[in-house]
Order: sequence, then structure tokens, then C-alpha cells
Amino acid sequence: MNLKSKDLLGLKDLSPEEIKYILDTAATMKYVIVSNNKKTPHLQGKSIVTLFYENSTRTRLSFELASKYMGASSANISASFSSVQKGESLIDTGRTINRMGTDIIIMRHPQSGAPHLMAKNVTASVINAGDGMNEHPTQALLDMFTIREKKGTLEGLKVAILGDIYHSRVARSNIWGLIKMGAQVSLAGPATMLPPDIERTGAKVFSTIQEALIDADVIISLRLQLERQKKALFPTVREYSRFFGLDEKRLQLAKKDVLIMHPGPINRGIELTSGVADMESSAIDEQVTNGVAVRMALLYLLTRRGTNETAN
Amino acid sequence: MKLLIKSGRLIDPKAGIDGVYDLLIDEGRIVEIEEDISDDGCEVIDAAGKYVLPGLVDAHCHLRDPGFEYKEDIESGTKSAAMGGFTSIACMPNTNPVADNEAVIKYIIQKAEQEGYVNVYPIGAISKGQRGEELAEIGELKFAGAVAISDDGNPVVSSSLMKKALQYASMFDIAVISHCEDLDLAENGVMNEGYMSTIMGLKGIPAAAEEAMVARELILSEYTGVPIHIAHVSTALSVEMIRDAKKRGVKVTCETCPHYLSLTEDACEGYNTNAKINPPLRTQEDVKAIIEGIADDTIDIIATDHAPHHADEKNVEFSLAANGIVGFETALPLVITKLVRPGIISMTKLVEKMSLNPARLLSISKGTLQIGTAADVTIVNIDEKYRVDVNKFQSKSKNSPFGGMELYGAPWATIVAGNLVVSDHILL
Repeated sequence: MNLKSKDLLGLKDLSPEEIKYILDTAATMKYVIVSNNKKTPHLQGKSIVTLFYENSTRTRLSFELASKYMGASSANISASFSSVQKGESLIDTGRTINRMGTDIIIMRHPQSGAPHLMAKNVTASVINAGDGMNEHPTQALLDMFTIREKKGTLEGLKVAILGDIYHSRVARSNIWGLIKMGAQVSLAGPATMLPPDIERTGAKVFSTIQEALIDADVIISLRLQLERQKKALFPTVREYSRFFGLDEKRLQLAKKDVLIMHPGPINRGIELTSGVADMESSAIDEQVTNGVAVRMALLYLLTRRGTNETAN
Repeated sequence: MKLLIKSGRLIDPKAGIDGVYDLLIDEGRIVEIEEDISDDGCEVIDAAGKYVLPGLVDAHCHLRDPGFEYKEDIESGTKSAAMGGFTSIACMPNTNPVADNEAVIKYIIQKAEQEGYVNVYPIGAISKGQRGEELAEIGELKFAGAVAISDDGNPVVSSSLMKKALQYASMFDIAVISHCEDLDLAENGVMNEGYMSTIMGLKGIPAAAEEAMVARELILSEYTGVPIHIAHVSTALSVEMIRDAKKRGVKVTCETCPHYLSLTEDACEGYNTNAKINPPLRTQEDVKAIIEGIADDTIDIIATDHAPHHADEKNVEFSLAANGIVGFETALPLVITKLVRPGIISMTKLVEKMSLNPARLLSISKGTLQIGTAADVTIVNIDEKYRVDVNKFQSKSKNSPFGGMELYGAPWATIVAGNLVVSDHILL
């Protein structure tokens, strides 16, 4: 099987079969990460560039290690968004990187759709590492990988996604991916942080965290982007935490074996208490390891796709 | 030489004409309309099977001249207008410098006389620099040749300034055109707020941002008793409020644009910046309400809001792309295809919306084929199908979401003051 598109721009565009294929491939990649010899030849001779217009620690490192574990040549570019606005256009930057023999461009950008624009203008594969409020497909893939690993399946699971849904690309990618894979998605957050008509995706929307938590198999708690407070989307962090924070008591509404996840970095004591973050049922650390496995799988599948096409 | 248009179906709502006639033009004026006029000494245009209309009048376009000539200038803009069947166009003042003074208005008029392919009527600014702080010299603008005032592109944020603008403009009997957008509610949104903005992860502009200011303008017009014209109406509630206000006797007129009756927010899919426009493309319900508003005369005018932008300003991230689409060369075919051919409006009503009513708004003696008037004529075959090719546009800019679409009724000929400017779809 091959991925249909040369790029991975979002889970909105992937079929359930493709998602399953990526997750299955990631399962084999995970053995490499936990082994003593973290080196495979999958990406030997491949050139990978990360182009980040926004700050990132874990996503960027995760991609970088995934490339290195598989023997690719990799390089990083950090572009301050404002300087790019004044100077070179995104397309010109993309063409330049493309002409240096790059096979994959991994891109994070504050504007939704920027990777889509890039993908149309380069022959290299483009992986979306987060675009504006649109999608963060590799985060959702690693979330789904983690859920599947812990629960054995995604189908029929009840997944609660909590917090600032409006601004969250993690939420959007998870909604697309989880619903395609047969999970039920419940959303809860302040009314000012719920995007309009989101229920048309098939997700259920609740106005209290309690309703969304009832019988949940999985909880994905989103990071509260504190800079949003200036935009008057919620009155105070204290009030947010009081009505939408996840604590031990609220957790009891969920299933006993509920899995707790968070894309990181965590605001301890705001969207969830330290007690919840560090519980045994928390998969937050495991998510990080799985992130590398999923990214290895994607890099491999996208480069392999290119090879097959040339061979044909 | 005399020009004889033979056997076309003449439509002139002002003169009450709808029938097959010959139309004779001499020395730039319409001199005779009869069933059979002799072609002795005449250049003859065979218009059998075609409609012969008063030249189209556009109440709202952007020619970008002076200041943004890399997008469009008066020559290219008026060529584009002629290809679209427009013989008179009114251009908005958001140029650089802004058309907020006599000098810029005169520059536009003079340049149009030298280089223009159609009649150009400048619209002056409401406020100095379109900054919304102090009134522009509205009296001088009027006497320099401005046919209306508007801060189009920017709303007049201050309600008290808008009230004063209406009161002041009424002294000079000049139309006030309002771009309705509550910037505080729009909050830097880039497309309609709704399902599409949600799934594309883009900041939305709620319909309420337009409607809140439409409501304000209706109230100010009612309060002052001064007429107001609402530009580019795009939402169902705007239509509803204007309909109610008209019933109450408020002196409001309004316009919509071909894109608001033919496209929805879905056109933005795939981050298509050619569908990025302000006000944004809305929903199917809004499109339906706009069409109903046209049919029941709540909406008086269909204007192009022709807004050319260079490819480099569109081939960027969606949020950073310029707002606007070019409209001259697709306006008439869109109205014919979407409204006339399906039987929603008659050709007579099309002429009202695209020629007579805009001429009335701007107080210019256009929009009719009456004997003695300047011979501005548009000829069109509404059964002729074609595929839109943006690369063939006369406009310098190609930012249209209609490329590749199959439409009916591209203007076949355009005559300005008796001169054939477009013939058989070719610019002469």
C-alpha cells in the first residue's frame, strides 16, 4: 500500500485505511526507539528539512530524531515570521529548499493553510507540523497510536477533548482522525472557545466538562494558551480552572480505566491538576515516545512512495 | 457615419420598451428607434437574436489609479469594463493618494478622458484620507465631478461622523455609499464565520459584523431623513432589515455583487485566495436571500466591486492574501446564467439593476436608450455559452474564482457614445 498524496497536510484528507497503515507501520518503528541500536537504513540517502515559523520543542526534536534514527540527512531552518513577511515569500523559500535536493519539508507555520500553499509549489513531500488553528496531523496520529496501543482499538471508544477547541489544531486533527476510525468524540470548553458548527464534523458538543466526561474511555486535555486571555475569551485563569479544569473528582465521571492524554506542554494546576497529570492512567510521557515512532513511520512511507513512483 | 443596430430585442425599462426594433445612432446619440429603419449610408450591426440594452453602469469598482497601477490603471480597467458590457463605471476613492480632494478627482476624470474606453465617474471619500476622523471637502468633491461619496474599503467607524456625513452631503444632493463592517466584530477575520472557517482553522467574520452596521446606517438614515446606499450586501439578515426599512419608508437603496448570488464560503476550500473577499462569501441560505432580495426589488443594484490585485498578493498564505476579486468581465454572464436564464428575473429587471438604478443612484443621465441620449449600448446573446478564461481578461489582474466556469451571455458588443468599442467579443 502507498499513501495517496505526496504530502501529509491533514487528517481531513486521509482515508481510514491510510491512517491504519500509518499506525501499523509506527508499531514496528517503535521497536527501534526502545532498542539499543537506534539506527535503521530506511532513510539513507534522503534529505529532510524542518522549516519552523513558530517555536517548538517536542515536535521539532521528535521529527529530527526520527530522521536521524533512520539515517537521513537533516537540516533545520527557523524563520521568524515577521522577517519573512517583510522579505521572502513562502513560495520562494519553498522553491529554494526544494532545489537543494530535499525529499521532505516538515513545516510549522502560524497561518492555516500555509503547508497547503507550500505543497502546491514544491516537488518535495510536505509534512504539516502544525498550521495555525487548522491541523496538527502528526500529533493526532500519535494520540491515536497511543490510544490504540493502550486500548487495543479506536472503534467505539468515547474520547473527550477538553478546553480551547477554537484555537486548537490538535483538536481539529483528532476530531477528523478519531471519527474516521470509529471513535465517538465529545467536546467541552467555554462557549467562547468552541468554533461555530463544529458538531457538523460528527463530534458532540457539551457546555460542561462533566457531561463530556461521563463514561469517557480517553480524555485529551488541551493546553490553555494563556495569551488568549488578553482577548477576553475567558475572564480569569482561576475561573477557567474552576469550570473546565480536570481534577481527581471530575475524573470519576469517566470510566475507571480512562486514559489521560495531553499534547504538552502542560499548565499544571490550570487545565489539569498535577495529581491527574502524574496518575498511573496518564499516558502523557508515552505520547512523547510514540510521537517519534509515528513520525518515523510517516517519513518512511512518504519517501518510499516517491521511490516506487520513480521505479514505475 | 451613422450606426444602425438592426433587429435586436431592445429593452429599456425607463422608456417602457421591450420589443424587436432597429436603433439608429448618429453623431454619438440615439436618434431613432423604429421597426424598420433604412440602412442607407449606415454601418450596420446585425443584432437579430440578441438583446440590445442600455449600456451597463457599474456603481462600484476599483480602478487602482492613482497609486496601485501595478494592479490596474484607468486604461486597463476601462478595457476590462468594456469587455464586460459596462459603458459607465464609478470608481471608489481608496487610491493613493485617496480621492478625498478636488485634485485627485480631476486627475481621474482627465486621465479617463485621455485613456478611458468607457465613461468613468469618480466617487470621493467621506472622510479625509478615509481615516474616519474628519469629513472630506464633500462640496468641492461634488463640484470637481464626484458622483457619490464613500469610504469603501473602510467602514466609517464613528456613528457621529456618519450622521454628520449624511447631513452634510444632503446639502449637495450627493449619494452616500456605506461599506458596512463592524471592525470590532470582524476582529481581523479572513472569511465567513461558520462551518468552513471552523474546518479550515481560519478566523471568521460573523455575518453580524455586516448586519450591525447595516442596522446603524438604517437608523441614521431614518433619523436624518437623508438617503443612504448600502454597498455589497452579502447576508440574509441585511436583506431582511433593508426590506423592512424600505417598507417603513426609509430612503435606503442597496447593491449586491454577482459573487454573492453565485458563490458560497465553500469556494474558499483548499485555501483558494481568489475566493477571499470582503465582505466574505457566505452560506447557501444567504445566497438564497440575496436572490430573493433582487427578485423583490429590496436589492436595487448589482454592482461588480471589481477589485483587482496582483498575483503576488494572492499567491500567499490565505490570511495574508489581499481581499477582492475582479468582476467586470464576468458580471453580466453571471447574472444572465444565475438569474435570467433560470427565469428568476427578466431582462428588463436586469437592465434596472445593472444600468438604470445605478445611473439614478449616481445622478448621471445614463441607463436608457431614449432618443437624444448619448449612445451607450450593450449587445448580448444570452444563449451563447462560453468557458471563462481568466488569462483572456483585459484587466491587469486575474484574481477571479470563476475561471473555468461555463457561463452564458458574454457581452457581444459594447458601444460608448456611438463608438463601437467591443465587437463580436473583441476589443477594438
